[in-house]
Amino acid sequence: MSSDLFRPTSIERLGEMLATASGDGRTVGIRGAGSKETWGAAGVEPDVVLSTRGLDRIVEHAAGDLVITVEAGVALAEVQRTVGSAGQWLALDPPEPGATVGGVIATAATGPRRLRFGTPRDLLIGITVVLADGTVARSGGKVVKNVAGYDLGKLFTGSFGTLGVIAECTFRLHPRPPALRVVTTSTDDPSAALQAVTKTGAEPTAAEWDGSTLTTVFESIESAAEQQADWVVGAIGGDAGSALPPGFGARPWEGMAVGLKLTHRIGAMCEALAVLARALPDAVVRAHVGSGVVLAGVDPGALAALESLRSSIAGLGGQVVVACAPDDVKRDVDVWGPVRGLAVMRRLKEQFDPDGLMCPGRFVVTP
Amino acid sequence: MTALAELTADCRARLKPSQVITEPAELRTYECDGLSSYRSTPGVVVLAESTDDIAYVVGRCAALGVPFVARGSGTGLSGGALPRTDGVLIVTSRLNRIVHLAPDDERAVVEPGVINANLTSAAAPHGYYYAPDPSSQQVCSIGGNVAENSGGAHCLKYGFTAHHVTGLEVVMPDGSTEQFGGMAPDPVGYDVVGAVVGSEGTLGVVTEVTVRLLRTPQSVQTVLAAFRTIEAAGDAVSAIIAAGVLPAAIELMDALAIEAAEAAVHPNYPAGAGAVLIVELDGPSCEVVAQLADVERLCLSAQAFDIRIADGEAERGLIWKGRKSAFAAVGRISPDYIVQDGVIPRTALAEVLQAIDDVAAEAGLRVANVFHAGDGNLHPLVLFDESQGETERAEAVSNRIIELCLEHGGSITGEHGVGHDKVVHMGKMFSPVDLDVMQLVRCAFDPAGISNPGKVFPTPRLCGERPGRRSGAHPLQQAGVADVF
Ligand SMILES: Cc1cc2nc3c(=O)[nH]c(=O)nc-3n(C[C@H](O)[C@H](O)[C@H](O)COP(=O)(O)OP(=O)(O)OC[C@H]3O[C@@H](n4cnc5c(N)ncnc54)[C@H](O)[C@@H]3O)c2cc1C
Repeated sequence: MSSDLFRPTSIERLGEMLATASGDGRTVGIRGAGSKETWGAAGVEPDVVLSTRGLDRIVEHAAGDLVITVEAGVALAEVQRTVGSAGQWLALDPPEPGATVGGVIATAATGPRRLRFGTPRDLLIGITVVLADGTVARSGGKVVKNVAGYDLGKLFTGSFGTLGVIAECTFRLHPRPPALRVVTTSTDDPSAALQAVTKTGAEPTAAEWDGSTLTTVFESIESAAEQQADWVVGAIGGDAGSALPPGFGARPWEGMAVGLKLTHRIGAMCEALAVLARALPDAVVRAHVGSGVVLAGVDPGALAALESLRSSIAGLGGQVVVACAPDDVKRDVDVWGPVRGLAVMRRLKEQFDPDGLMCPGRFVVTP
Repeated sequence: MTALAELTADCRARLKPSQVITEPAELRTYECDGLSSYRSTPGVVVLAESTDDIAYVVGRCAALGVPFVARGSGTGLSGGALPRTDGVLIVTSRLNRIVHLAPDDERAVVEPGVINANLTSAAAPHGYYYAPDPSSQQVCSIGGNVAENSGGAHCLKYGFTAHHVTGLEVVMPDGSTEQFGGMAPDPVGYDVVGAVVGSEGTLGVVTEVTVRLLRTPQSVQTVLAAFRTIEAAGDAVSAIIAAGVLPAAIELMDALAIEAAEAAVHPNYPAGAGAVLIVELDGPSCEVVAQLADVERLCLSAQAFDIRIADGEAERGLIWKGRKSAFAAVGRISPDYIVQDGVIPRTALAEVLQAIDDVAAEAGLRVANVFHAGDGNLHPLVLFDESQGETERAEAVSNRIIELCLEHGGSITGEHGVGHDKVVHMGKMFSPVDLDVMQLVRCAFDPAGISNPGKVFPTPRLCGERPGRRSGAHPLQQAGVADVF
């Protein structure tokens, strides 16, 4: 890449650098650990690349308040190490190794525990952002409950850097449960299986299906994790254990060229899987059962079926996104597909980044 | 003809006579929301019966430059639905249909005027419920909840309205109708739903809401623990959280709040209590049983002198009745009161409560404390007697409490919103640049500033001007260090 590299070590410096770059009309790309470089639309090569790795401070871990504030370049794994020592965790588990907090928020990346804890937007309680022109602004705060002002954190979550740079984040933490029990059950109808599980009263923290096996996860106190696992075995059969199976939560597209993300109404999972199997029989599939999300790894050739897959999935209330692919593949397809509310999103983009300097081409609203 | 008169005539021509209110006596009903200290007679009130009605009225407002304010049930406590004499008040109460109940999808689609509690009643037979449960849930509307990002006792575990809304239909301030999100998760694009929830009616009128339904938990246990002092109760809260227990709710009431609740609804809380904690645990029975034992033990070690576990729905209901009626109950022990809503980090609880006591004592007033202790959301009730000329002093105490929250790193509002009432505090919590950047969102939605103007933000920004944008060469460039990148 021929772009210049910025690596500010403070938010103030970051603001100054962006002010200068935007003054020169230069476009800016943002890079954390680079673990999701292939995500989003291909975009155009920016004039400068901003690395957030210099923003690497853990600003404050208020253990008693179950809150942490970190700069965007801190790795999620480091956050987990820090809060783990207090018996806590940030309930986000996207699998990309090395991923920074900023990258996770910018892409709204999720993992299996979204079933219980939701997505990054649900855990982010405060944010500091830097706009293209160098303006530094904050919204939210350091307390979990707070409704003062607009919630910029939600807007920036999943914005792929196109509204500005996420510089600092404050998160709500959860206590780390002491015990883990896992039940693996082979099934070709994971949706019905999970329904049977929840009917027992069990509340899994995750339910993952890899095309043949449903893995239900219980994280709680020992006796309760054990008991719920027993209920599951009673209801749908399978093996209970106390370790996650190898590859748990991994993306199905690892080692493949293209990753797809499908969403659907939760009740339409069976149909969504059937649609996918018909359209792309060779896809490697992983589903966040009960969350309405199916991930698939496919070959580039499979993208020929993308639009027909999209229209079938739309009938199930969902969308199909090309989550990741090499640039040359992405240039030939509509990565994001149709977007509800696009006109309003364009207006938001015009307000936050009127000159279109931030991560051009990466997201739905950029030309 | 004034713009407002023209708008009124248009509405009359288009809508049923019963939908357009201009009679002064009838307008009075809509003068204020739940914060009755601010009043203003609306120019005209429209009782909407469809999204089309709202799109029409808002479209006319846009064309004529008339401001509009949306109103649900009018229970808001920050003057958010305070109308404008020069504008139209759009009331959603008649839009009270549950459009679609889809337990299999764990979603419901509702009109904005649906009463919060009615949604749970409708979902309950299917084994589901709607989690956000403001104490006003028997009357407040889902549209109002969305606008305020309302919380409730059970938000400690389950989150606020923002966590439970997956889709919205909004009549934009230009009169167009837009849809964002839907039944499926992770809609593509910016999280516009997240931006609109909590925007207090300043980004348009919400005309349909898609919400998450949760499965009714297998087991619920409600514990009432009585302590001699509020400090001891606070210690118990910290101990429960530190032990890694995440109750569905932890509510705290002090002696004065208990006295009021007893006078009003007789919940029969233990006599002699300086504070009571209500701790509710829910989830799989095996987990709840174990956590219940933990909570009992932790309360005892924090010197609880009486612990009751609700036996059945009736007892549980009574415990909650005392809590949920606390605001109104305070009317039994004081002619007037101010409900404050501020947030502090939970660990600052003891310190801030002491400081509130001191401030109240100095002012010669009493403050009753009822709050969501688990997440540090305080609701101090400042008691006063207007006829004794105590109003100003009470307001000073109430404002001082907000400053205490800010001094401890908290927030000026945890759930009641900024509305009209707290506009003055926004500048204490956020910098002018922060507020300007937030208002970029406003500019994207409502560049003319006609959607609930004057609420939330102390100074409206002129759309088009850039926040904090520097003109001319940047100092770094001038210093010749611009190329260090
Ligand atoms: C006794 C009592 C207890 C309360 N307890 C709680 C509590 O526990 N937790 C809590 O969070 N709140 C509580 N509240 C505050 C209040 O009930 C909530 O803020 C509620 O969400 C307001 O709903 P509403 O329908 O009455 O809205 P209104 O008061 O009518 O309006 C509130 C705001 O929402 C806007 N609005 C209303 N409808 C729409 C719409 N369709 N589109 C856009 N904007 C709209 C209005 O313009 C206004 O700004 C309590 C109030 C009372 C009186």
